[in-house]
Amino acid sequence: MANGSKQIVDFAKIKATMADPYKHPVQVIDREGKVVDPDTLAKYSDDQLVDFMKKMVWERTLHEQTMNFSRQGRLGFYAPTAGEEASEMGSVTAFKQQDFLLPAYRDLPQMIQHGTTVAKGFLWSKGHVEGNQHENPNMLFPQIIIGAQYVETAGVALGIKKNGDEDRVAFVYTGDGGTSQGDWYEGVNFASAFQAPAVFFVQNNGWAISVPRYKQTAAETLAQKAVAMGVPSVQVDGMDIVAVHEVSEAAREFAAAGNGPVVIETLTYRYGAHSSAGDDPSRYRTDEETKPWFDADPLIRMRKVLTDKGVWSQDQEDKLVDEYKDEFKEAMKEAEAAPAQKVSDFLKWTYNVPTPAVKKQIAEFEAKESK
Amino acid sequence: MAKMTYIKAITSGLDQVLKDDPKTLIFGEDVGKNGGVFRTTVDLQDKYGEDRVFDTPLAESGILGLAIGLSLTGWRPIPEIQFMGFTFEAMDGIVGQLARDHYRFGGQKNFPVTVRTPFGGGTHTAEMHADNLENYFVSTPGLRVVTPANPYDAKGLVISAVESDDPVLFMENLKLYRSMKDEVPDEKYTVPLDTAKVVREGTDLTIVAYSAEVNESLAAADALAKDNISAEVIDLRSLSPIDTDTVFASVDKTHKVVIVQEAQRMAGVGAVVASDIAEEKIMSLDAPIGRVAAPDSVYPFAQAENDWIPNADDIEAKAREIVNY
Repeated sequence: MANGSKQIVDFAKIKATMADPYKHPVQVIDREGKVVDPDTLAKYSDDQLVDFMKKMVWERTLHEQTMNFSRQGRLGFYAPTAGEEASEMGSVTAFKQQDFLLPAYRDLPQMIQHGTTVAKGFLWSKGHVEGNQHENPNMLFPQIIIGAQYVETAGVALGIKKNGDEDRVAFVYTGDGGTSQGDWYEGVNFASAFQAPAVFFVQNNGWAISVPRYKQTAAETLAQKAVAMGVPSVQVDGMDIVAVHEVSEAAREFAAAGNGPVVIETLTYRYGAHSSAGDDPSRYRTDEETKPWFDADPLIRMRKVLTDKGVWSQDQEDKLVDEYKDEFKEAMKEAEAAPAQKVSDFLKWTYNVPTPAVKKQIAEFEAKESK
Repeated sequence: MAKMTYIKAITSGLDQVLKDDPKTLIFGEDVGKNGGVFRTTVDLQDKYGEDRVFDTPLAESGILGLAIGLSLTGWRPIPEIQFMGFTFEAMDGIVGQLARDHYRFGGQKNFPVTVRTPFGGGTHTAEMHADNLENYFVSTPGLRVVTPANPYDAKGLVISAVESDDPVLFMENLKLYRSMKDEVPDEKYTVPLDTAKVVREGTDLTIVAYSAEVNESLAAADALAKDNISAEVIDLRSLSPIDTDTVFASVDKTHKVVIVQEAQRMAGVGAVVASDIAEEKIMSLDAPIGRVAAPDSVYPFAQAENDWIPNADDIEAKAREIVNY
């Protein structure tokens, strides 16, 4: 290149503008509770909006009660969900029972909404196999190896397409850290290559344990990563349940109609620790950093909208919280009454047809267990 | 009955399962129009259509994710990983997910996936194309690992693998693909997934081998026979589980054993067979257990591979040492 001549390509400009389509995350209700998109809000009846609020109160109460149970030593691994109620409840309610959910470990609330019980959620946390056996068969267990659920989603979606199932999609969740995994790209790309009906959620809650979002990638948004795979994507205010629901429903409709997959990035926040297993957020973030997010709370803004409409009161909410707490205490009793697990059962489930060595070990453990 | 190469026998088995079960699917890199880089799936896309036999993007973890997801929606997937060295990219899919999913569901869901993959040295391939990586997979509960040593077993085993409701890793030996022919029935038959086979009877010594080393062991047995040493040769066929009944019965007859593998000596299949024999049959042995294996280096560059892979001479020498102990 000759000195001072015009370059054939302006990389600086490309870099500066590549996130332009994502400059305005979808929003219906802003952080002050002001309705910024009244046309969209008008599509929802008061009953629907109250139901959204109830689901968020349910999830917040589940979180608080679960943390209590954790402190009492009555649960195993549990990933706190406070702050993510709009993102989780707004999205899962856009899907139908026949849709196939592939959750990760922070997605127990969506699983319960999609067709399992709170007791099963607790059993999963406690490390009991019944926690993986759900009433709605269209669901996997929470994935621990982040990324694996994304490649499996491509497979489920392709299976749905090959079966010719109508009005059915696969939907999956991961977090901001999950978008750095190779499997994230492989999953979205496979679904795209096969034009399979899948909706990929990225709940960008700001943190992968202690690593902040900006350290994961220099990309300005996570949603824009989908562009490289030929997949349409959107960023949505993840603290606004109406916006999340609206976007999720549109994505589901698009995918179910045979148009291929969609990626949705919800901008949300993890109020608590990464998990109940000893993570201490004060090691890596300050109150100053977290305060704006607590102020953007999804319950506060929905409460304001509903109170302004005269369809919600604090008294009503307090009563609900008490009801939910009782429900969760009952669920814990149910989980604690589940039969003890046996090593012989684990051996029986290892193969469909047990190998000779496993058969021998089953007999050995059954003999021990019958003593 | 026709004379068939090892690779044609696999193709014939795949043709059979595609015909028998409309839920079977073959997919992977280049398996469609190209019929696989070795032509193992040749003509199958033309015969069964692109819905049943199809190419995937180039990503092995994605291929395994596809297989698991397809199982969840009622399909019987037969993914191909183009070379066994590429299974490293699918390690979570095979070991972390597929092998554990039946257990995770408490036995309520099956994952009938057959992962086919070529392996084995001696054909002067590029790096990572010839490695014997079975040792990583035979220590995985929930996964079956089989590898045929001849065309007849190749067809019967691949059909059994696909029909099995357990996940199976089906290892195809590159060197055997076109180097041996057998009488192979045109009609359907199966070879059980978890049994070894005595491929040559003998009385003085047992040689336990699998895959291409079975042929090397048979050649060694021929050489030993010239000196009136009668070697029994066992083809394991299944590497997980190992058919110890067949091995033990032979050890009880010959009281001497040599275990052969193309893989590096460290840990692995030969070590498991040796420890099983030591645990159950040590009083039956008249000599130490002999082992023949590749040395514990990384798989060598092609120029040195013929010196690295254990051959009939190595097996014969070890057998003489054990017989004369």
